[in-house]
Amino acid sequence: MSQIETFYEVMRRQGITRRSFMKYCSLTASALGLGPAFVPKIAHAMETKPRTPVIWVNGLECTCCSESFIRGAHPLAKDVVLSMISLDYSHVLMAAAGHAAEAALEEAIEKYKGNYILAVEGNPPLNEDGMFCIVGGKPFVEQLRHVAAGAKAIISWGACASYGCVQAASPNPTRATPVHKVITDKPIIKVPGCPPIAEVMTGVITYMLTFDRLPELDRQGRPAMFYGQRIHDKCYRRPHFDAGQFVEAWDDDNARKGYCLYKMGCKGPTTYNACSTVGWNEGTSFPIQSGHGCIGCSEDGFWDQGGFYNRLTNIKQFGVEANADQVGMAAAGVVGGAVAVHAAVSALKRAQKKTQDKVEG
Amino acid sequence: MATPTTNIAAHEVAHDLAPEDLATVSRQTSIYVYEAPVRMWHWINAAAIVVLCITGYFIGSPLPSMQIGEATDQFVFGYIRFAHFAAGWILTIGFLGRIYWAFVGNHHARQLFYVPVWKLEFWREVIFEIRWYLFIAKAPKKYVGHNPLAQLAMFFFITLGVSFMIVTGMALYAEGAQQGSLTDTLFGWVHGLTWNSQRLHTLHHLGMWWIVIFMIVHIYVAIREDIMSRQSIVSTMISGHRTFKDDRED
Repeated sequence: MSQIETFYEVMRRQGITRRSFMKYCSLTASALGLGPAFVPKIAHAMETKPRTPVIWVNGLECTCCSESFIRGAHPLAKDVVLSMISLDYSHVLMAAAGHAAEAALEEAIEKYKGNYILAVEGNPPLNEDGMFCIVGGKPFVEQLRHVAAGAKAIISWGACASYGCVQAASPNPTRATPVHKVITDKPIIKVPGCPPIAEVMTGVITYMLTFDRLPELDRQGRPAMFYGQRIHDKCYRRPHFDAGQFVEAWDDDNARKGYCLYKMGCKGPTTYNACSTVGWNEGTSFPIQSGHGCIGCSEDGFWDQGGFYNRLTNIKQFGVEANADQVGMAAAGVVGGAVAVHAAVSALKRAQKKTQDKVEG
Repeated sequence: MATPTTNIAAHEVAHDLAPEDLATVSRQTSIYVYEAPVRMWHWINAAAIVVLCITGYFIGSPLPSMQIGEATDQFVFGYIRFAHFAAGWILTIGFLGRIYWAFVGNHHARQLFYVPVWKLEFWREVIFEIRWYLFIAKAPKKYVGHNPLAQLAMFFFITLGVSFMIVTGMALYAEGAQQGSLTDTLFGWVHGLTWNSQRLHTLHHLGMWWIVIFMIVHIYVAIREDIMSRQSIVSTMISGHRTFKDDRED
């Protein structure tokens, strides 16, 4: 594969018609929330720009991000996206293995120093000098630092790289640490989710290729176009939420009617992601649509927010697992009891003093 | 009441006045402590807090589902949330007004916003008040404003407690108001501290119980002091006048 080939040339070489290519450009523009005026811009970028080199590394993770990515439901994404970027190193997708793979990595770093995008799937564990995750005979954290040094920007794929995910769940025995806490001197874009939606992943890459810069990020460093609103804000069951019509049990009539899953612990109201608009698997469905609440997989520390099926989070700071209501009611009960006792003693004291005054007077 | 009178003519005296009461009646025994804006704020704030606690509880643990009509005709949870947000705004604006009044009002209006930690006398009186509540001190002291223990409680439960609830509440409100809204611009940074907004929900929820505990103690102590202390408490919240029950000093 010659590196000077443009995206368009790659697509044409793969037998994609210009008509399909233009369709792809307009679909991408709408996926990114851009107006029709941007379609020719995307097409132009695709026709003229050399493919951006991407190095994709994997730390502590389950590869669900890669799995999601290769299922890009976009009409052409499966074929195109892998050709759009020049994926120079990826455990999962590359043909080479062993020493050849590591040599390819070094070559890519050398060749594109300062120009490649580093995509990180998973995170480095820092305990025991990083021995909990070994890549090519060395701790992953070393590989990450090495590759990050020459990167133009870093994409943190998934909840692992963005926040830590399950391996960082309390008590986090391996000290799995999100990428932004290890690499602090590079622009990092977080694309959280377990996994992130395929179209979100391809959308972010396409944006970066088209405009040669990071998309607009929110406070936590997530692309605002996909993570700017909560699942709740665009949920098709929202009218039932406002009406106060909730599923009360998994097998009740309300569940069959498709009422709001708020009481069943749905984390839609606290989860920023595009599931309720983009959907999953070619827009077929998303968790709430299939009758299960959102588990908040694209939020920081989502494994540690109590049960997936509780509305109120259990807090462990008080020694026992209890939610805010149980803690508050216990505290209010103790204070209320103390007040009652104090009132009784006050009344007795007062009565005593009165009798005393009478005796003395 | 505001103007001291030393001589009371016979026709001004109520018919049920016993001769031994004449000395007390003829003396001014009240001080105007809480100006009208402070009193109004107190009751508006109290009402807002009651609405916020009840609706807030139901937002966390919704009522059983109701089948009044189709979802489009029914807005039960929406109204509960609306009441919560409306009361929240009233509480917030009221609190800002109260801060303003601390600057322009009398010196009692400032007592809510600071604790004179640097004054040894303050701590001595805090200890005295604790002794009074533990039934060790025989008689309470006279206070024109809040007693030091009350001032301490007010500061931590109301000044800090309500501030905490306003900041966290506005940050949660900003989620619905969306990015770029006024509340998001002013309070969105709070999400940068907690990240997962589920955590912020839990903190806000615990804050409610902090305020509920204050309410229990506040109402109990106000009634108890009204009966057992040497000055008025409950009526002072309505009229603004503090009346004293005896002529002894301190």
